[in-house]
Amino acid sequence: MSARGSARRALALGLALPLAGCTFVQSPLDPVSPQARDLLWLFWLFSAVLAAIWLAVMLALLASFRARRAETADPLAIDPRRERRATALVAGLTVATGLVVLVLTGLSYAGQRRLFGDEAARVTIRVIGHQWWWEVQYEDPEPSRGFTTANEIHVPVGVPVRLTLDSTDVIHSFWVPSLTGKQDLIPGRTNAIHFTAERPGLYRGQCAEFCGMQHAKMGLLVIAEDEESFDRWRRGQAAPRPEPGSDEARAGEAAFVAAPCSLCHQVRGTAAAGRNGPELTHVGSRRTLAAGTLPMSRGNLAAWIVDPHGIKPGVNMPLVRLDPDQLNTVSAYLEGLK
Amino acid sequence: MSDVASATGDLRDTNLDGPALSARLGRVWGTRRGLLGALATVDHKIIGRRYIVTAFLFLFLGGLTALVMRLQLARPESGLVGPDTYNQLFTMHGSTMMFLFGVPIGEAMAVYLVPLMVGTRNIAFPRLNAFSYWVYLSGGLFLWVSFLLNIGPDVGWFAYVPLSGPEYSPGKRADTWAQMITFTELSGLAVAIEIIVTVLKQRAPGMTLDRIPVFVWALFVNSFIIVFALPAVMLASTFLILDRLVGTHLFNPAEGGDALLYQHLFWFFGHPEVYIIFLPGTAFVSAIIPTFARRETFGYLALVLSLIATGFLSFGLWVHHMFVTGLPQLGAAFFTASSMLIAIPNGLQIFCWIATLWDGRPVWRTPLLFVAGFFFIFVAGGLSGIMLASVPIDTQVHDTYFVVAHFHYVLIGGNVFPLIGAIYYWFPKFTGRLLSERLGAWNFWLTFVGFNVAFFPMHISGLMGMPRRVYTYGPEMGWGHLQLLSTAGALILFAGFLVFAWNVIASLRRGDVAGANPWNSGTLEWATASPPPPQNFDRIPLVTHREPLWAERGGLPVVTGLSVGHRELVVSSVAEAEPQLRETSPAPSIWPLAAAIAVGVTFIGSIFTPYAVLWGALPIAAALTGWFWPKTAAEDEE
Ligand code: HEM
Ligand SMILES: [Cu+2]
Repeated sequence: MSARGSARRALALGLALPLAGCTFVQSPLDPVSPQARDLLWLFWLFSAVLAAIWLAVMLALLASFRARRAETADPLAIDPRRERRATALVAGLTVATGLVVLVLTGLSYAGQRRLFGDEAARVTIRVIGHQWWWEVQYEDPEPSRGFTTANEIHVPVGVPVRLTLDSTDVIHSFWVPSLTGKQDLIPGRTNAIHFTAERPGLYRGQCAEFCGMQHAKMGLLVIAEDEESFDRWRRGQAAPRPEPGSDEARAGEAAFVAAPCSLCHQVRGTAAAGRNGPELTHVGSRRTLAAGTLPMSRGNLAAWIVDPHGIKPGVNMPLVRLDPDQLNTVSAYLEGLK
Repeated sequence: MSDVASATGDLRDTNLDGPALSARLGRVWGTRRGLLGALATVDHKIIGRRYIVTAFLFLFLGGLTALVMRLQLARPESGLVGPDTYNQLFTMHGSTMMFLFGVPIGEAMAVYLVPLMVGTRNIAFPRLNAFSYWVYLSGGLFLWVSFLLNIGPDVGWFAYVPLSGPEYSPGKRADTWAQMITFTELSGLAVAIEIIVTVLKQRAPGMTLDRIPVFVWALFVNSFIIVFALPAVMLASTFLILDRLVGTHLFNPAEGGDALLYQHLFWFFGHPEVYIIFLPGTAFVSAIIPTFARRETFGYLALVLSLIATGFLSFGLWVHHMFVTGLPQLGAAFFTASSMLIAIPNGLQIFCWIATLWDGRPVWRTPLLFVAGFFFIFVAGGLSGIMLASVPIDTQVHDTYFVVAHFHYVLIGGNVFPLIGAIYYWFPKFTGRLLSERLGAWNFWLTFVGFNVAFFPMHISGLMGMPRRVYTYGPEMGWGHLQLLSTAGALILFAGFLVFAWNVIASLRRGDVAGANPWNSGTLEWATASPPPPQNFDRIPLVTHREPLWAERGGLPVVTGLSVGHRELVVSSVAEAEPQLRETSPAPSIWPLAAAIAVGVTFIGSIFTPYAVLWGALPIAAALTGWFWPKTAAEDEE
């Protein structure tokens, strides 16, 4: 990696991580994978050609404003020689349009082949869309290494990754522009994308197909990190939840399992095994809450539990009334689920 | 002698002349005064005027929804409206603009202008025409009343399943959307058929195929697109209603249905739909350019052929709306090619228009200003469309603000700019008075600048990762400045429309009196008074040239022999426009209105209970019986 690249990496790690998800990129103009870079190149190429055509047409239009016939001329009077010349010119331009279109189609097709061409992926992740959050399943031939998480995807840098995409409710679209183009998550079908993150960093994405009330707050974060950190993270996520270390956390766990929370959420290692909501086994290790809606913190956890509908109106999480004490311990407990 | 003739209703226009002929025809073709007369009228000009005004009202309402959305997005985390309202707003905006403004406005202008331009006295099937207006009006009102009652749809203007299906959109909201579609389809199809028949069979004698104005060709081709495209969406919306109300599972993947089937059906209509909106734009441009370039159209044949090619090609591109649904790669690439192909006929049109201007002497009145604005904006939108046609590029920009920018460039550039120009151009024909040129310039510059300030930055918003249809965004996304700029542009644009509205209202009473042909145009609608009398023409013109008024400086030749005792018009042959028959055109009737009310009540009722279709059948049958009750009309004569 070049000096500039590593400087940027240092910057990304140095700045982004402590700010807990505040510095990220979500733009096709900031590619960090060969796929997104290729797409951007194609985009600029098309832009340049088409902008030049636009400019030429506008210049021709401007030039056409000059008065070229007498004020009193008969509108039906046509000079056959000029007419022939114009006909040849218009015919030539039409043929040229056809050629440009042909070339652009070819370039586009080549780009498409590169984008969707098969690549041997070393990491396969299944992403399932829900109204309005992302379920993320790390698959592994060895079942004990597989696990489920939500709204945050970690990938190793420099390793080809394949995502398979589907949905259990409505159509969503997975889009992390810095990594690659989007692809829909459609109930009853499975789509796939690949990318290889080239630099560590936080890459934000967002659902790109209108999926109902909270389509706007269906964000996600892809965290690219070196392979070593990735493996560490992966082992940690595959493990059951950490034993609660304090009385507060133990009380929180008891309250969580007893309350309706456990009907929808799973915390591996406890009796909470609900599957309707995001898996919370290591929720405290994530950078955001409620699909990118809030930064992760104990205060925000408490705020979310107290008022999910104020923070994300329409959300499919009911308000579960906890007394202040329980609220306190439950949020401390969740924050501790690293 | 003439007494006998009038007793049998066979007084001919050969027996009368001048004001006497005019007055007589005016009585026969006129609309009775009073409410009943107004409701029963079948005059294409009165109905066309209603259509145009109604479509503009919907444009205004659609604009208001847009304004609220723009205010909401002007800054991050704004709380002006919540997600529920916002989702209804963009759905209402899209549905209103596409179904209640975009499609109807082209047909509205056609209803008014096509009969005049082809030199006939009324549109074909005038009662159907009245019926279709009432159906359109009730569909639009139904949608907007639902919205005001908070049962407005909230699933986007293409209402994808499963989101719009029974499971994810309980309540009546998606039903109101689907039924509104059915209404507009019904009226759109009816008008398309009227236009097709009018153009094929009612052209003035001598208007051979190669003398039909490009304007008429464009709307004729457009009518065919409508006839072939609307049934697909009819299927989609009907299947949706069946899934929702009757419990079928046509689109339910869990029960073996297919969510993508809906998208195919919808876009098989939905892509031609954008050409249904654009072709009227080309019609306006094709009429305005020769008049203000002071030269006949360059490349008539090329223009007509490219219109027809556009019509055909528009049916081969729908999949480019589905490039990220995971289609087979080669199939998708085919649609890249076909989508780009349409640039060829569109390019050819642009070249022909520029060539016309080139060899002319442009007269800078407001209609031409708007046409220049059309070039600037539409060409940019068409070119960004080529980017979207590329599968790989589309995976980045699909469903982002880049697309929002693109389709506003083609829709506003391709339809609204030519339309406003067209209103400046034909307002004198509609009303007898000219619009103010001074306000026209204000109107143009405000809309032009406002439009670009509002929509150009959206390309960049999209490239900065902003998806469409989000009611809010966080400050950390960095979209705030561009979004604020877009809102400022939208306000300027809105001001431009207010100037336009003001100009229309003020000029109705105070505008300069226009006379029959204020712009020295060449086509037939300018051969009659402004506004035209009920019979359009006292004597049917005999067409000898594509621009009859430029070719026949000494006055148009006419054909005679039509009855002035009852509504009679000339039916002519398809290709050569040789007169074949004198046919009786239907008289005013209240039954179309009654039928429209019966149909409307039935459709609305069907949202609440499927049995409404059964009860509704009765009044509909009664109204249709009244409508088609055999009249003792004289046989058509050779
Ligand atoms: C007091 C008990 C509960 C607690 C402490 C709790 C906690 C949470 C937390 C921390 C999140 C954010 C997860 C993330 O961002 O990764 C969340 C989201 C969610 N929860 Fe719960 N939850 C509770 C009850 C429930 C129940 C009973 C349901 C199901 C009916 C539910 C359904 C959901 C859903 C669907 C989301 C995703 C929201 C979105 O981002 O759109 N939750 N919950
Ligand atoms: Cu979504």
